[in-house]
Amino acid sequence: MDDVTTGEPLIVLDAVNKWFGPLHVLDDVSLSVGRGEVVVVIGPSGSGKSTLCRTINRLEPINSGTITFDGQPLPAEGKPLAQLRSEVGMVFQSFNLFAHKTILENVTLGPIKVRKEKPAAARERGLALLDRVGIANQADKFPAQLSGGQQQRAAIARALAMQPKAMLFDEPTSALDPEMVGEVLEVMTSLASDGMTMVVVTHEMGFARHAANRVIFMADGQLVEDAPPAEFFANPRSERARDFLSKILTH
Amino acid sequence: MNVLIDKFDVFAGGFWLTLQICILAAIGALILGAIVAVLRISPVPPLRAVGTSYVNVFRNMPLTVVMFFAAFGLPALGSNADFLRIPVIDSLFTRLGTDLPYFRFALIALVLYTAAFVCEALRSGVNAVPAGQAEAARSLGLTFGQNLRHVVLPQSWQASVVPLGSVIIAMIKNSALAGFFGVVGDLSATADQLTGAEGYAFVPVAIGISIGYLIMTVPLGALLDRIEKRQAVAR
Repeated sequence: MDDVTTGEPLIVLDAVNKWFGPLHVLDDVSLSVGRGEVVVVIGPSGSGKSTLCRTINRLEPINSGTITFDGQPLPAEGKPLAQLRSEVGMVFQSFNLFAHKTILENVTLGPIKVRKEKPAAARERGLALLDRVGIANQADKFPAQLSGGQQQRAAIARALAMQPKAMLFDEPTSALDPEMVGEVLEVMTSLASDGMTMVVVTHEMGFARHAANRVIFMADGQLVEDAPPAEFFANPRSERARDFLSKILTH
Repeated sequence: MNVLIDKFDVFAGGFWLTLQICILAAIGALILGAIVAVLRISPVPPLRAVGTSYVNVFRNMPLTVVMFFAAFGLPALGSNADFLRIPVIDSLFTRLGTDLPYFRFALIALVLYTAAFVCEALRSGVNAVPAGQAEAARSLGLTFGQNLRHVVLPQSWQASVVPLGSVIIAMIKNSALAGFFGVVGDLSATADQLTGAEGYAFVPVAIGISIGYLIMTVPLGALLDRIEKRQAVAR
């Protein structure tokens, strides 16, 4: 995990600004994420970290600056945008599984409709993915019948089914009961060690410590620190990061 | 009350004609309303503006005025709405093909007016689907159309059925206006004919036509109640 692949970075944000009305939610943010790199984004709530994550597949449009993915600027809309999104997996805080479809159908919808895979092939691969995240026995159930941890693992399998070049995680464990956080982090850790490029917004400092290549600290829409986890947690350079860490690590 | 028995065939004929208007208008309004609803939730701002303007115009205008426009405006524009003389369908619904255009005019007015309400009922169903699911579908790379077809509409349908039913019931009752815009022989025109021209007492005739409308609306309402109960259990 320590030797991050070199070469052209996969995700590059350059001087990105975004406003929600008068609120400057992303303030001149520049960031690049290399292939195979795991970047964990932390910061107080309202610091813009979720928004940052959501701009990378353009679920949130930006007001100025540029974002490139795999060497191409993000398309504004239409088919090219859909094509880009199919290459970037996204996992949400609230799972967002399709409530009217079984777990397996959730996983195969994208491959069948977007990638035009044969249903039988998509199902076979979907089952293998469900097996990988440990819920193959839940394939024919509906999302509401699963626990939160199982639903989130299904959502990860759904994103992986598109064979994405990168995965975005927007607070994937924040809506889970404490005893289910571990099973989801385990899946994410195994993804990270398989070399998946990941941007993870989270409050799980343990995951940041052992799975991340870099930790990004955000506050008030600005990217305040960008350091390897060992360095960041031992010697945060900014006052705000020290303050933030003291609040979450003392309990 | 003898009029109900003596003139049963007149009532039955009126019932059949009103039923025809309602079936055709319901089909038309559901199709047009669905199109307007798709416009209103489309990601393209000009299309949204068209959908919103449509709803604003037809939801806020009295049906009587829409009927006036159809019955007097279309002829002024030189149209007899002949495009509604649809082959095969006009052999089942014979009034579609007659030379007197008022059945077609009334149908157009009823469809235009009701479609605005159908659109809003469908949209309330779409809004009942959590926004995160549409977001998840987008992030998988589904296009707007695929998102609607595979994720949003199958789920919004459940939440739309009951409000849609109310819209259709209102439409059945609104169809009574057609008799006053030149449509000869529907239920409301039948009342006018029997009491005005043939001198029957008003109350028995009114009871007769009320029964006609109730035969259409009450079972529809009961059906909606059942659907609603089944949904409540399934939840």
